[in-house]
Amino acid sequence: MKVLVPVKRVIDYNVKVRVKPDGSGVDLANVKMSMNPFDEISVEEAIRLREAGKAEEIVLVSIGPKQAQETIRTGLAMGADRGILVETDAPVEPLAVAKILKAIVEAEEPGLVILGKQAIDDDSNQTGQMLAALLGWAQGTFASKLEFKDDGTADVTREIDGGLQTINLKMPLVLTTDLRLNEPRYASLPNIMKAKKKPIDMKTVDDYGVDIAPRLEVVSTVEPPAREAGVRVESVAELVDKLKNEAGVL
Amino acid sequence: MTTLLVAEHDNASLSDQTAKALTAAADLGGDVHILVAGKDARPAAEAAAKLSGVAKVLLANGDVLLNGLAEPTAALILGLADGYDAIVAPATTAGKNVLPRVAALLDVMQVSDITRVVAPDTFERPIYAGNAIQTVKALDAKKVITVRTASFQAAGEGGSAAIEEIAVPEDPGLSGFVGNRLSESERPELTSAKIIVSGGRGVGSDENFEKVITPLADKLGAAVGASRAAVDAGFAPNDWQVGQTGKVVAPELYIACGISGAIQHLAGMKDSKVIVAINKDEDAPIFQVADYGLVADLFDVIPELEAELDKVKG
Ligand SMILES: Cc1cc2nc3c(=O)[nH]c(=O)nc-3n(C[C@H](O)[C@H](O)[C@H](O)COP(=O)(O)OP(=O)(O)OC[C@H]3O[C@@H](n4cnc5c(N)ncnc54)[C@H](O)[C@@H]3O)c2cc1C
Repeated sequence: MKVLVPVKRVIDYNVKVRVKPDGSGVDLANVKMSMNPFDEISVEEAIRLREAGKAEEIVLVSIGPKQAQETIRTGLAMGADRGILVETDAPVEPLAVAKILKAIVEAEEPGLVILGKQAIDDDSNQTGQMLAALLGWAQGTFASKLEFKDDGTADVTREIDGGLQTINLKMPLVLTTDLRLNEPRYASLPNIMKAKKKPIDMKTVDDYGVDIAPRLEVVSTVEPPAREAGVRVESVAELVDKLKNEAGVL
Repeated sequence: MTTLLVAEHDNASLSDQTAKALTAAADLGGDVHILVAGKDARPAAEAAAKLSGVAKVLLANGDVLLNGLAEPTAALILGLADGYDAIVAPATTAGKNVLPRVAALLDVMQVSDITRVVAPDTFERPIYAGNAIQTVKALDAKKVITVRTASFQAAGEGGSAAIEEIAVPEDPGLSGFVGNRLSESERPELTSAKIIVSGGRGVGSDENFEKVITPLADKLGAAVGASRAAVDAGFAPNDWQVGQTGKVVAPELYIACGISGAIQHLAGMKDSKVIVAINKDEDAPIFQVADYGLVADLFDVIPELEAELDKVKG
């Protein structure tokens, strides 16, 4: 089975995001960029499937600027086999991403697509579900466990608001990863060297005939209202007094 | 215009997330119909009909809808979509699972996790773990929206909408239900609790969670929350996680114990009315958002806090 893993280049999760003073967006200049953390979990899951003999080939896809090649290289260094970069400097919304991925799935015919449940930049949490819908496939979202069954189906355990849910899905399927699915490995130096020689196919949005014109017009981007700094209390008695008499929450 | 609101419920009862999302749906202007999709879900439909400002409740009862699987639920909503200008759901795990599937098949770009309705086509939503607020105008004719419920008051009761039973579509046959492992607890739900006591890695173990955090929560009638580190370490179940990728809460009082205050955690709780931080590291970033900070070992002060609460509540 071939596994397709879309990976997104985003601001590193440790970076404190700054909003541009003119309200036009978030400052991306000279900011450390990394693979979306949920996508690392996706790559790791695909590699574990191959190590367990359940997958043969792992193909990474990124849609984004030229530098997204580095994101693909990160995944190749973890152990994926090859990459596809759909190069564009334009912002691509989840719906358009899902349409491009659908075209790639039709060409590559994977048995499984693993995506992160959300990207930590726009926090939309949509792309996997949209891709599954466009393909007419089953979806296992927010997954903390994936288990293939002998009858060719898969059980997926999902993190839901009330706890955990296990569902049984027909293959091929779309999986979206939650934090507890696995702990991604670090790439070793030899693997980083090897990854430099792995192929990355360069594509454009036009190759897939998808209209990526935005459907959401960004009116403004602003900082959230700041919380006023509070006070330090010296003792539990003072804390309880303040909560009762000043804040009125007890 | 008419809006279809997809209810969050467990068949027997309606979640108050529905009442909160209703406030957002009503802000769009126009009539709101609530869809209750489930099995033997009439009690939930009756509760929905009582919410104020609801024009009609659609009740779809069927085996295939019992567990809210994405594929049949999306098929049901798609079948109704023609009659609506907007389709709205609370941004719960159920809403997040189903609605993008609907949006894609309508060729609509969903607006996720809105925190304010600026105009019927313009919304505020947090991005980058709430470190920026974006205002977006949705250009698609039909709107598909999920609502961050912590940002909206629950709609009140006093309505008496009619309940209309509707047909259940055929099962697309892609998915089946195996089982749920739900946390059972007498405590209030995280997303509706007035007070939350939350524990982080500093709590140290699941036994300590039970010895220290939950007794304080019970004393206060509070819900229990946790940081990702605490959940990953197995101190607390996944459904307690507060943050960018867990639950977003805005209680009257949030007490963070042994939590450092990473941006991903703050994303889920910084809109709480009053924040208390108990941490032994005086430089912990949690103190930057805390109204009241206590630099102390949580194992020393939480028992003390319980005793002090007994006194004032006495
Ligand atoms: C993609 C992604 C998504 C994430 N999503 C979330 C999310 O939704 N929610 C979330 O919470 N995190 C999330 N995180 C993780 C986040 O970055 C932090 O790692 C996590 O919040 C840290 O948890 P913590 O504060 O419990 O642990 P730590 O950062 O280890 O802090 C422990 C704190 O406890 C204090 N402490 C220790 N012992 C005591 C004691 N005896 N008494 C008092 N204080 C004590 C320490 O001083 C320290 O400040 C996410 C990370 C990523 C990459």
